Amino acid sequence: MTAEIGQFALVLALALSLVQSVLPVAGARRRDPRMMAVAVPTAFAVFALIALSFAMLVHAYVVSDFSVLNVVENSHSQKPLLYKITGVWGNHEGSMLLWVLILAFFGALVAFFGNNLPPALKANVLGVHGWIGTAFLLFIVATSNPFARVAPAPLEGQDLNPILQDIGLAIHPPLLYLGYVGFSVCFSFAVAALIEGRIDAAWARWVRPWTLTAWMFLTGGIAMGSYWAYYELGWGGWWFWDPVENASFMPWLAGTALLHSALVMEKRSALKIWTVLLALLTFSLSLLGTFLVRSGVLTSVHTFATDPGRGLFILAILTLFIGGSLTLFAFRAQSLSSGGLFQPISREGALVFNNLFLTTATATVLVGTLYPLLLEALTGDKISVGAPFFNMTFGPLMIPLLAAVPFGPLLAWKRGDLLGVGQRLLTAFALALLVTGFILYKTSAREVLAAFGIGLAVWVMAGSLTDLALKAGIGKVSAATAFARFVGLPRSVFGTALAHFGLGITLLGIVSVTTFGTEQVVAMKPGETLPVAGYRLRYDGLTPAIGPNYTEQQGRFALLDNAARQVDTIVSARRFYPARRMPTTEAGIVTHGVNQFYISLGDDLAAGGIVVRVWWKPLVTLIWLGALAMMAGGCISLLDRRLRIGAPARAKGPRSGPAEASA
Amino acid sequence: MSRKQKRLAVITGAMGVLALAVALMLIAFGQDIRYFRTPADLTAEDMTSGARFRLGGLVEKGTVVRGAGTQVQFAVTDTIKSVKVTYDGILPDLFREEQGVVTEGRFGPDGTFTADSVLAKHDENYMPKEVADSLKAKGVWQGE
Repeated sequence: MTAEIGQFALVLALALSLVQSVLPVAGARRRDPRMMAVAVPTAFAVFALIALSFAMLVHAYVVSDFSVLNVVENSHSQKPLLYKITGVWGNHEGSMLLWVLILAFFGALVAFFGNNLPPALKANVLGVHGWIGTAFLLFIVATSNPFARVAPAPLEGQDLNPILQDIGLAIHPPLLYLGYVGFSVCFSFAVAALIEGRIDAAWARWVRPWTLTAWMFLTGGIAMGSYWAYYELGWGGWWFWDPVENASFMPWLAGTALLHSALVMEKRSALKIWTVLLALLTFSLSLLGTFLVRSGVLTSVHTFATDPGRGLFILAILTLFIGGSLTLFAFRAQSLSSGGLFQPISREGALVFNNLFLTTATATVLVGTLYPLLLEALTGDKISVGAPFFNMTFGPLMIPLLAAVPFGPLLAWKRGDLLGVGQRLLTAFALALLVTGFILYKTSAREVLAAFGIGLAVWVMAGSLTDLALKAGIGKVSAATAFARFVGLPRSVFGTALAHFGLGITLLGIVSVTTFGTEQVVAMKPGETLPVAGYRLRYDGLTPAIGPNYTEQQGRFALLDNAARQVDTIVSARRFYPARRMPTTEAGIVTHGVNQFYISLGDDLAAGGIVVRVWWKPLVTLIWLGALAMMAGGCISLLDRRLRIGAPARAKGPRSGPAEASA
Repeated sequence: MSRKQKRLAVITGAMGVLALAVALMLIAFGQDIRYFRTPADLTAEDMTSGARFRLGGLVEKGTVVRGAGTQVQFAVTDTIKSVKVTYDGILPDLFREEQGVVTEGRFGPDGTFTADSVLAKHDENYMPKEVADSLKAKGVWQGE
């Protein structure tokens, strides 16, 4: 029964979503308040129905209902409960269901928090959101029904891909989808603005919290995915420039640009057309990502089943939404009035600089990701574009951007004083120079690039601290006044500083681990030792062990310090999952401060012993800690009273009354 | 600066950055494009030019030989021709005889392919997409 309830709810959600797509938009055109008012209850109802449908699928997984095909193909009665639940979205159908669930969730949030939006705008936004929902619900109902039954029901399921049996699956996809799909709200707002042909600073103020929310989750989702791949695959890498990774990275880059340009629009009422375009592009890139990952054009752990029909369907959705929205943009962009003037050297100018480099970088990633696919489609040549391409194109574009980060927040709006800002950043610059010099000295000038990379990271970090210090007036006023000012700073200032600081932290981690990390592949017999980063690693042999749905060989290692005292034990394993007859490698990782030792096991050798791969990864955890700091920065910004969701009535200009007053 | 001049400045700047990006991409494409080949596709030029590319196919049965330490030797075949591959490192979990594999590296002067990476990106049927497509195109596909 439960599967049928789920399917029925899904079909009902599709029908209601169609209502949500049509009536409010028509109502907004005919200025009919009753038709416009349909948007809110339908948005809630669609969310409730999809949530019910999702709950039914979760139920089928939890009770191991093997009469449902999806459960048979992806679950096993002996699988731990956590993986039974997370397995719901560890497959094509379930993950698409999670996708629309989150889409409907955002629709309901807009309906809930949108009380202060002008009714016509709200109706249009929810209507456009309904279009996206309808398209994807239709996709699920038509091609990817998660509730298909199988008769007779098998006694046992085929288990979930062992690589996915990890806590990562509980965190990474939901976070990533909250980010990916969150940008749909920005898209809906942009299309609604184009339909109305009217846009102002208040629009940016409404859109910005959604952008910030989506961006925060996407940051977390990407970082989590990176860490998961790092410890699960056993290759020791944290980013492979794999098309699937790029698929999530491109919306992040565009979303970061959107975040910054919406700031200009909100404060200075400039860059309107550009901001709308970015909002369209960001979600378009999310859709492209969904297409790349879900259609089976790429092979990866993210690809579950390749069915050409599905690929075509998503491609059709993609074309419809990207093509449609850009056409609308082409026709309507002219009618949007352009806004405030500014000098090239100003806060606005700095944000334009940011946008220019971020979008260009997005474009290079896009080209590198799509070129092989296009070439194969056109000529049949199979090529691959790997990390060197991206390092060579993306890397250089990031350097000017990162170098400019500390300047941005210090420049004044409208007309800035570059020289003055430069003087105020002198301490940060001196610090960065000092660190660069120190590294050059320490490495006898062999690691020039690394020294500059770390200098750049210090520059970004010190720059963001300088911003806080200057705004609080530290050194200019008495300590007590400075402290009072510091505490009284708007939260968005802290948010900016923390996010920029996080960027510096991540950069520091990246440069350090790429330059100073070591990798050794050696054959080891029990009792043998290997020097690693000032320690000695002793191999203590293999011991068999049995897990709930796998068997494993655990390789035990002892980490010894100079005095031959044991400071740590590292266990690395080779697992075998009998249900899928699939082996996996479980890397052995120990963290010392922010550094890690990373061991993965290879094959047994005929002569006795095994092949072992040992990495020393200095400062590696900073890569993800930096991302956490960026998320925290976004979160603090979101708590700024100015941005509190649903706060402002249509405001006249930047920083005017109602926003502050209502908070 | 007048409005027009400002706009011109922004456009010039944007064009400059775009031109830089295009230049970088062209250089990078010139250096980092690696073609995918199966053994029967190989031309004499591939074997002698020393260019990097990806060699894919099935791991031929009975050819996997482990040398000293982490050295491994095996043959990659598309059932029409086969090529000897040497590799120094850890083979991926899913590496096994008669299964698909994609290796990356270049040919040495003696005609063996020296791989510096052996990829294990598989779908659930243990078959890299490029390999499956190539075998299908040659009419030697035996799966499904």
